[in-house]
This record gives sequence, structure tokens and C-alpha cells, in this order.
Amino acid sequence: MDVLPKWVDTVIIPLIGVLISLIFSGIIILLIGENPIDALKLMITGALGSTYGWGYTLYYATNFIFTGLAVSVAFHARMFNIGGEGQAAIGGLGVAIVCLSFGWTHWFPALLAATLGAAIFGALWAAIPAYLQGKYGSHIVITTIMFNFIAASLLNYLLVNVMRPTGSMDPATQKFPEATSLPSLHDMLEPVGISFSKAGPANISFLIALIACVLVWIFIWHTRLGYQLRAYGHSESAAKYAGIKPFKIIMISMLISGALAGMMATNNVMGEAERLIMNSTEGAGFIGIAVALMGRSHPLGVLLAALLFGFLYQGGAELAMWTTIPRELIVVIQALVILFTGALENMVRAPLNWLWLKSRRGTS
Amino acid sequence: MNEKIKGGRHNSVAPSIELINISKAFGAVKANSNISMQIAQGSIHGIIGENGAGKSTLMSILYGFYKADKGDILIDGSKVNITDSKDAINAGIGMVFQHFKLVENFTVLENVILGVEGGQLLAPSISKARKDLRALAKEYELNVDPDATIDSLGVGLRQRVEILKALYRKARILILDEPTGVLTPAEADHLFRILNNLKKEGKTIVFITHKLREVMEITDTVSVMRQGEMTATVKTSETSPSSLAELMVGRKVLLRVEKQTSAPGNTTLEINNLNVIDNQGVQRLEDISLSVRAGEILGIAGVAGNGQSELLEVLGGITEASGSIKINGKEIALRGNEANGQSRRLQGIAHVPEDRQHLGLIMEFEAWENIALGYHNSEDYQQNRFLMSNAKIKTDAIRKMEQFDVRPNNVTLSTKGFSGGNQQKLVLSREIERNPDLLLVGQPTRGVDIGAIEFIHQQLIRLRDAGKAILLVSVELEEIMSLSDRIMVMFDGKIMGEKTPTETNEKELGLLMAGINGDTN
Amino acid sequence: MEFLVLIQVLDSALRLAVPLLFCSLAGLFSERAGIFDIGLEGKILIAAFFAAATASVSGSVWVGLFFGISASMLFSLLHGLASITFRGNQLISGVAINFLAAGLTVLIGQSWFKLGGRTPSLSGNARFSEITLPFADNVSNVPIIGPIYSELLSGHTALAYLAILMVPISWYILFRTRFGLRLRAVGENPAAVDTAGISVIQLRYLAVIICGLLCGLAGAYLATGLAAGFVKDMSAGRGFIALAALIFAKWRPWHILSATLLFGLLEAISNRFQNIEILGIILPTQLMQALPYILTVIILAGFVGKATPPLAGGVPYIKE
Repeated sequence: MDVLPKWVDTVIIPLIGVLISLIFSGIIILLIGENPIDALKLMITGALGSTYGWGYTLYYATNFIFTGLAVSVAFHARMFNIGGEGQAAIGGLGVAIVCLSFGWTHWFPALLAATLGAAIFGALWAAIPAYLQGKYGSHIVITTIMFNFIAASLLNYLLVNVMRPTGSMDPATQKFPEATSLPSLHDMLEPVGISFSKAGPANISFLIALIACVLVWIFIWHTRLGYQLRAYGHSESAAKYAGIKPFKIIMISMLISGALAGMMATNNVMGEAERLIMNSTEGAGFIGIAVALMGRSHPLGVLLAALLFGFLYQGGAELAMWTTIPRELIVVIQALVILFTGALENMVRAPLNWLWLKSRRGTS
Repeated sequence: MNEKIKGGRHNSVAPSIELINISKAFGAVKANSNISMQIAQGSIHGIIGENGAGKSTLMSILYGFYKADKGDILIDGSKVNITDSKDAINAGIGMVFQHFKLVENFTVLENVILGVEGGQLLAPSISKARKDLRALAKEYELNVDPDATIDSLGVGLRQRVEILKALYRKARILILDEPTGVLTPAEADHLFRILNNLKKEGKTIVFITHKLREVMEITDTVSVMRQGEMTATVKTSETSPSSLAELMVGRKVLLRVEKQTSAPGNTTLEINNLNVIDNQGVQRLEDISLSVRAGEILGIAGVAGNGQSELLEVLGGITEASGSIKINGKEIALRGNEANGQSRRLQGIAHVPEDRQHLGLIMEFEAWENIALGYHNSEDYQQNRFLMSNAKIKTDAIRKMEQFDVRPNNVTLSTKGFSGGNQQKLVLSREIERNPDLLLVGQPTRGVDIGAIEFIHQQLIRLRDAGKAILLVSVELEEIMSLSDRIMVMFDGKIMGEKTPTETNEKELGLLMAGINGDTN
Repeated sequence: MEFLVLIQVLDSALRLAVPLLFCSLAGLFSERAGIFDIGLEGKILIAAFFAAATASVSGSVWVGLFFGISASMLFSLLHGLASITFRGNQLISGVAINFLAAGLTVLIGQSWFKLGGRTPSLSGNARFSEITLPFADNVSNVPIIGPIYSELLSGHTALAYLAILMVPISWYILFRTRFGLRLRAVGENPAAVDTAGISVIQLRYLAVIICGLLCGLAGAYLATGLAAGFVKDMSAGRGFIALAALIFAKWRPWHILSATLLFGLLEAISNRFQNIEILGIILPTQLMQALPYILTVIILAGFVGKATPPLAGGVPYIKE
């Protein structure tokens, strides 16, 4: 049959999409009077030229791996979870409660408990939209959007009225106990003789993110549940024929998705801020959408896309510091990536399809 | 344009429709090649052919859905250029699609005026249409409440709305694509009366079907299509069903499948007072009771939509029901958590569904992944408690695909890359090779090429001879007649009667399918 | 509550409802035609920016209005390109549009005005001025009716009155004209429209263009009517509240008016009061802010009647 080979679909098309996005970004940089080549050079040195830069790049990438995986798992069940932002924020609440409620003496048990807390809180926040979708058919996209706003209001209330230490004007919790402070890459690499900058916030949760990638890969392609999830995602009717229960799949996919989004909080809340502040997620939940689209919902793709976005984030911060290009350039790039690897994917695919058919006809 | 050409060869007036060398290819597939035909004005012309013979493509070209690669269309002797539906409507062509094109929450009137409203405001258009509709209804026996919303109408009435739409647009040529597929025999009769009325008024009617009986009953002339070509155009009065059938498939049809008489054993499936009421409150199955014994094939005949699908779905664990079903004497769950496809498979029921593309297979999956569909929990596909073994599934898939001669023999090919017949073989290999006690089969040869049909029939007989019970649902009477050991006919959710294939004929079954109980004769 | 305070809160509710109303009606046209739009937020934002920026440069609010609407329409066309022409995922396209607006407004704003993403403050002719209805001053002293007329109903900008007027206009267009019939049909069953000889693509593009126009009005009102200039992220979720109102109203124009007024009122209350005490229970202001979303979720769950979107919504049309 005349279908594009799989590798074109999974590798070439997203790569072209990203390339187009970057070209457009370059044009925008030109239009605001800067030199895109210089900007790129600055981004590379800023984000990858020092262990300080890497410390930030990997820190951001960690966030995006979690949220990217979250969106991906839901995508496989054809659930568009746009609520990663809210789930990650509520995951932060879980981390804060775990870190502040117990007298931790070592970071390791604290990290395990915090990861669990973050996952449970994130999953619970995804559970309500999932339940409404499964039982009443309420559109998951709309409900998860609504839950992002409800999460923001809830955290606003809790941080202002409940969790704020007395006397503080800052809507944030108190600092977590010293013992819950996570080892940074500097702490981890020093014993093996690699010197890594102390300043970068990348920490041990990067490793958790990598483990999550592997676990998600195993889950999706090597377990019965993963099989059922994919079957349901491709065809609800065929899934029902096979005895796969839609409600169960919707719940499981969204719970895992919410848990992964929530787990991001081990990185930004526990690893970096070491307290829960307002708007701690900084849009990472939404970047997960771009990362999942670009990574074709495959953990390896998500990892690579997350690293790219980590680079863009850190590079963008450097740009904002040294040039007149504001940080929002990253938001534009993110939008373009979502556009060209997602919504306008067919525009990229059509000419490739045409070329493919033409070459096929030429050879046969 | 309007290049006037000389009239038809036989009549002094130009034919209503004339096609000259129409060709259309999709990629490497030639859907239509060099099709030429003439249809006289005021006649009913049948186009008959198997699924995939190119009938629908040809009509889509006439209605502007596809552009022909080459060839000309002449309407009343003038060449026309039809690039979209608007051109077709302007040329006087009306089309009644197999799947109706109606807006469900609009009224009949709103649907009729859509696209030909006349002015910018609705009110005057609606009142004009109301008047015209009344006239049309009287003229052609096309009664339907103009203010009813479509979702409150049954299929027969919806079809009338489609015909009204065409007539309201002043269509002189009416094309109907498989119009009787969803109709009860009474509705079909009414439709035929309407068509004859239209013919009397000088309309030209093109009637597309794959049912020989209908062609013989209503058409004046008939064209036969096979594999994208028009193999013949003949006068209906000068042909016979068997010669048309031969033209359709290209060789003598095998009317009877080679098989021994059955040797039924114990009762495998026993159904008592099965009822299904769907979520719109419509009773789909009413007090169904039947049984199938080991080593026999029970065929369920009937017009599509009379409850056969629901019967299969209840047995397959997809739809809930009330009543009682026993497998080998053991009651199975009809509601709740236990009524699902997984528990059914554990109870020894395998299911080859009617719609393989939406139920039986996941088109995006690779072939090997579909081999596990429904059996993904089975012991032999697991590596340990937590992990599935893709390697084991692949090995099994290679074996099954070889056994059922699935081509191409490539387990990692995406399922949509297989032809209809090979997709069906994929499903059959999965379901039959599990050695079920009861096999449910729906429309086993729909959209399947001739070669594969024989193979599939042989496999079913083989399974029967291995002592398994088979419940076969098909709308193809011939298939039911040739495969079944016993035949039941369903009509309107009920069993109309039971017959033995050797002691009955198509006419008797046809009456039952029409809801007329033969005993009263 | 004092009567005058009540009037003030209602007046503020009306002001805050205006952008929601425009935007919700925008969504109505798009979604009734079968194009889901979660990019309303982005379109308001880009319109607000260009309205404020060009109004500030030209000194004319009308120039601002023109460019605000144009920018919003351009974004609508992008959504159309993705979801109509290239049959992409409408939700993903909406997400992209929201981010594109959030990023571009700051990027362009910074390079244009160097004010950290803001535009200069608008005054005089660069803003929509408030219209005093006839006799408003004369009757202001009449008890009850006076303040209602002069404080609540009078003294809004032209756009505010236009927004209210748009409700009957939208209703009339959708339910009493040929265009409306076709538009609703294409959102329910595009195949019916196509086989009736009408172009699905044209109709859907028209719908998204109208959506862009109305979002443009919402954005322009926000930056040049309600506020005096653009600030970063000034749409502040209004596009989503409007979407919530659209669902809450079950895709019907008059119900949209009620829903947006209700949501405007909630915002006005939470702006005015820190905490509200009802029957001894203190309701935090954050609850007021979250209430539109909570109510929409409840509606979506079907606890208060089912909200059924247009049947063909979100699905690209492919000819069989």
C-alpha cells in the first residue's frame, strides 16, 4: 500500500516541523532587530557552554520530561490532558504537605515520600475530570482547562489564607526543613571526580525523570494495560469488542498522566524553590503538550524534545539577559512547535506523501 | 460548452445520461476504467455489481464528489462539467445516498430547503417549501410531516425526505445508492411504488444495488460492473438472475458449498427470552429463544437492522440484555461488570464481528498486535506476571497468518495495508484457532473477494466438522442457504420462524424476512 | 448591602461582562459551524495588544479598533488553515494560538515600546469614551429608577452597547437567515451541506472570520474601553471564562447573555469584596474567581441538564 514508511512519520515529520518553527523564530528575531545567528550562538554558549548552563538546561528539561510524559500517556488513550499545569501545581501541594508535616532527617526517605505525595495529589486532580469523562462523557479538554483555573484559585486561597507563615507577606509556605534538600548534580558528580557548577538547580529528580521514561516505555508497549490503553486510543468500538472497559482505561490513563504531571513538583518545588510558591509551575504543564507532540508520545522522543525545550528555556533566559529579546521568545517557539508538529502536521506531511508516491511510481 | 451532439443510437431523443470513457484511478487502483453507458429518459436503470466493483465511485463522479481522470458526461445530449455537487444539482441530478445526508436536529422543511432557500431570510422559503412539499407528497405518495425533526423519523421516512430534497431541487435524474439495504420489505415495496410514479412523470432513475432480485423487479435496463469495468448493459426483460450473477463475478457462482450432513452433538448455546431495549427506549430484541448444538451451523437470515447485530453483540458481551443465555449448560452474565468480551472469551465464545474495521480490528495496529486483540490477557502471551511477551505474540501471529494464508505474510505490516479479504482472514485466524466452543460470525464475506469467500466458507465448515457450534448471521441469503444446517429468520427483533435449508427456498425465506408468517398461507 | 453599592457592583458586572459577551458570541459562531475554539483567549489578547498599540501610535481609538480586529481575524484564519484546510486537531491549534498570542504580544510590545511588554497609557481619543444616555443627568435624583438609569445603564462605551445589541443580532442571524441555517447545518452534518451544493470550507471559514471579528471587539474593548492600554497577559483567562459561558449557555445566544452577566457579576463581587459572608459562612474571594469554572464543570457533567455540543464539532470534514 501507498503509506509513508513509519520512520518518516515518527522522525522526519516532527523534525521538519521543529525546523520550520525555528526558521520562523529566526525571522521574528530578525524583525525585532537582532541577529538570529548571534542569538543562536549566545543560546548555545549560555545553555550548553558551561556546567552552570547545563545545570539550568537539565533542570528545565526535568520539568518537561514529567509533563511531556504526562500528556503522552493520556494521548495514547486518546485523552487530551490539557490540565498538566493544574496537576503539577497540585502535585506541589502534595510535596509541600509531605515535606512540612514530618520531621525528616534524611533527603532520601523524604524524596520517596514526596514523590508519592506529588503523584497522588496530581492523580487525584486528574481523577475528577477523568471520572466525569468516563461516566458522563464531559469533554476532558474543557474540564481539565477548568481544573487548571480551579487549581490556581485553590492554591491562591491556601497560600494566602492557610499555609502562609504568620507575619509573612509573601503568599508562600515556609521553607522546607534542611534535611529535605535534594542533592544537586554538583553533589552527585563531585564524588566521581566531575566538577559541576553549584549554582545550577538540576538535581536528583532528573534521574527520577529518566526512570519515569523507561517505566512509561515498558508500560505502554510491554504490559497488558498498556496494550489495552493503546487499543482503546485507536478504536473505542474495537476495544469494547475485545472486552476492554472504557471507563477503566480512561481512569487509569488519566491517573497515570496526572501522577506524572504531579511528580514534576519533586523537581521545581522540592529540588529548586524548597517551598511552595504561587505559580510554581511557570507554564511547564503546557510545554508538556509541545514536548509530547514533538516527541510523538514516545518516551525517547519526549526525552529529546524535553532536552530541546530545556535548552530553549535556558538559552532564552540568557538572551533576555544579554540582548533585547525577551524571554517570551520561548513561548512563541513553543507555540510554533505545537502548531507545526501538531495542528499543521498535515501541511508538513502532504508534500512528503506526494514525493513518496511519486518516487514509488517512478520505481514500479 | 453545451456542445450539442447527435442523439442516441437507438432513440431519436438524446439519452438522459450518457457516459463516455469515464476513468478514475486512486493511486494504483483503477476504480473505474473506460466506462461508457447510456440511460434513456423515463426509465429505471439498474447498476449492479459486488462491493468494490466501482459503482459508488462512478456515482460519486456523476454527483461531483470526484473528478474523473478522463471521459465525458452528457446530460440530455449536452456535455456537462461536474466539479461539485452544485454542478450536479444544476444539471438536474439528485442523489439519495446509502448513508443519508440529513441534519438530525433540523425539521424536514429545513432539510429540504437547505441550499435552495431562495432568499436571505428563512420565513418565506419555509412557507414556499411547505406548499411545494404538500404537492409533491400528493403526486408521488411521499407523505411525511414537514415539521417533524429528522431524529424522530424512522429510516423509511428519512429516505423519503432525501427523495423530496432531490425533487424539490427539480431533479430530473434520481440516483439511489443501495436504497433497500436498511428498509423493511414493506418499506421497500413503497419505495418501488414511488419510483414507478416518478418514472411515469418522466424522471430517469438510476438504481444501484448488489441484490439481483431487486434489479429484476424494478429496472428496465441494467448495467453490470466488475472490477472497475462495465461488463454489460442489457434489457432486464431479456436477462435472468443467473446470467447477471455470472456477469457480476466473472464465472459460474458456486451456489452450494461442499459439505457433509452435520452430526450435531450436545446443546452448546441456549438462549431463552432474550430482550434488548436500547438507550432510546427502542426494543431491539424481543423474546428471542434459540439453541445451537455442537457440530452445527445455525444461520440467521434477515434484512439488515432487524436485530441480528444486537444478537451478536449481546452474545459477544458488547451490549447488555435481559433474559437467559447458557453456554454448555452454564448461565452467563448479561449485565454488569461480568458481561464483557473478556469473560465471554473465557467461556469459550469467539466472535468474528460484522464490522471488522470498527470492531474486529484496530486498523492502526500492526498485524501481530491484532492477533492479540481480545486475547491480550491470555496466559501464552505473557512473559511474567507484569510483562506481556511481544515475541510470543509475534511467533503466534506468524503461525496463524501462514495457516490462513494471509497475504502479504508480514506480521509487522500495518493492518490497513491488507485487503478486505486478508483482514477478514486475520480475524478468522485469531478467533477460530483459539478452538472456541461457540463461534459467532457476522457477515463473514462482506467486502471480501471471491477467492477468499471460498476459503472462509471452507474454514467455517471445517470448524463445524470439528464439533463446534456456529451462529452465522448474514444478509446474503445465498450464503445462509449454502452454509447453514438450520435457518432462522429475524424480523423486527423477533424470530419469525425456523426452516431447514434443504426443505425451503428463497421465496419462503423472503416472506419471513418481510415479516409475513408463512403458516397463514 | 446599600442600594448604591449594589448599583455600583452591577455596573461593574456589566462592564466586565462585555468582553465575555463578545467573546462567547464569537465562540458561538465558530462552534455552531463545527469548529471548536479554545483559542479565544489568544485572539482577545492579540486584539487587545494591537488595538492599544495602534491607538497609542495614531491617537485614534478607531484605528486601534481596526487593527485589533484585523489581528484577531488573522489568528482566526490561522485556526481555519489548521483545522479546515489541513484538517488538523482543532484543540491543538487552539492551544498553539493562545501561546502564540501570549509570546508575540510581549515580543512585539517590547521591541516597539520598550516598556516591558506594556503599551503607553491611552487617553483622550485613543480610548472609547463613555456615552451618557439622554436625560441621565436629569433623572439621577429620582429614587431607585434614577440611579439604575444614570449609573447602571448609562455611562458605558459604545462597544458595551454594541455587545448587548449583538445578542439579538446573533440570534437573528443564526435562526432566521439562510446563512444561519447553513452555518448550523455545517456544524451538525457537513455532508448534508456539501451534498446540497454548498461549500463546507467557505462556510466554515466565514464562521471563523466572524469569530475573529467578535474576539477583536472583545480585545479592543478590554484594552481601549475597560482599561487604558495593554499590559502583559491582560486577557487573564477571559477567553476561557467566555468558553465556559458558551457551554453553560448550551450554545444559545440569549443564554449566553445571562451566563456572561452572571460570570461578570462574580468577577465584580470578587473585585469589590475580600470575603463575603453568607449565612455565617465566609466565602473567600478565590471561590468567586473559581466559580465560573466550577459551574461549567457541573454543567458539563450533566447534573443540570445535558450540554450537547454541535454534533460535528471538532471533526474535520472529509468527503467520502
